[in-house]
Amino acid sequence: MRNKSPKIAVLSGKGGTGKTLVSVNLASVAGESLYIDCDVEEPNGHLFFKPERVCEEGITVKVPEVNEDLCGGCRKCADFCKFHAIAFIKDKPYVFEELCHSCGGCALICPDQAIDERERVVGRVQRGISGGVRVSTGVLNTGEASGIPIIKRLLEPHGLQEGLPVFIDCPPGSACAVMESLQGADFCLLVGEPTLFGVHNLRMVHDLVRLFGKPEGVVLNKCLAEENPAELFCLEKNIPILGRIQFDNELGKLNSDGRIAARERPRFRKLFASLLEEVMKEVGHETAAHTQR
Amino acid sequence: MKIAIPVDDKSLNSAVSQSFGRAPYFFFYDTETEESDFLDNGAVASQGGAGIKAAQAIVDNGAKALLAPRCGGNAEEVLRRSEVVIYQSLPGTIKENLDAFAAQRLVLLSDFHPGLHGHEK
Repeated sequence: MRNKSPKIAVLSGKGGTGKTLVSVNLASVAGESLYIDCDVEEPNGHLFFKPERVCEEGITVKVPEVNEDLCGGCRKCADFCKFHAIAFIKDKPYVFEELCHSCGGCALICPDQAIDERERVVGRVQRGISGGVRVSTGVLNTGEASGIPIIKRLLEPHGLQEGLPVFIDCPPGSACAVMESLQGADFCLLVGEPTLFGVHNLRMVHDLVRLFGKPEGVVLNKCLAEENPAELFCLEKNIPILGRIQFDNELGKLNSDGRIAARERPRFRKLFASLLEEVMKEVGHETAAHTQR
Repeated sequence: MKIAIPVDDKSLNSAVSQSFGRAPYFFFYDTETEESDFLDNGAVASQGGAGIKAAQAIVDNGAKALLAPRCGGNAEEVLRRSEVVIYQSLPGTIKENLDAFAAQRLVLLSDFHPGLHGHEK
């Protein structure tokens, strides 16, 4: 059975390989779809979509607040915090809010009930529409350490529209924010570039995807006539290559002007439509394989 | 007064560590009793908040001065609020820095970098 609303995570080990190029253009050729920008430290998909009717929601996390009148100075909270978000200064806890992971452990462990939790805004989620594409963007406030709460909110199931394919523009790298972005995905599309440095990072994200047991495929970006290390890597690891995007000045120009190539030029529409078809074939195949297991 | 220095090795000839929060050891020296001691830095492998944890160790061991080449903003906050004075260390060994401190040749550290949050950029 074909999955009607597959969630496709677009990944790459490093920045600048073309995650946004690929995910924005795939969402555009998919017609009715969802584009979710989980690269909350530097979201840029909205620069292409220029969404309209944007609604904004603040995202908060819980942080401890110490009531010094109740605090007996036992230090249990500071010793408990694995993130070193609580220092113990002059016999009182001192909270570094930006290091807090909102686990709530300090409030639980405090024998004096001296710790309450309060909400602190760390960023926002913007939702708008661009043609048939529903565009969700996560924005982490400058200086904040973790975008995870924003990514969680972006990917909450009830925020997703049943029946529409979802394209998740993931953060670069292979750290926590990437794991959070891909863990609910049905398929991982890795964007590779033809450099050794690119392959090093591609390998890291490939290992991560394998760790999560997700089906994957690669799209090779910026392809040149010469030998492509990313392609060799895919062949060696037996990763399906679902498409190739040639190094192309016009594509580069459109992209750097913040325009969506697939909406501007028929030849790019065709390119991304055929990539989408390949991706959907893989997703359908994988879904069927999962059902059989 | 007790002085703390982040160091690379457990030897008086050790260099001062380039990192405060992720130095392998801390060296403590008491100017009155002339006693000294090395302490393993438990923060060295921390995912995040190493500076805070390291600063806490300095405070908990009763040091009133820290000699370091650089220091993060969070660590500085813990130290300042705990009334620990931070001096800029000189390139060289522990011994050379203790001598410079005794001769009042060290200046206060005034430039604090932002927290690295476990990402050693």
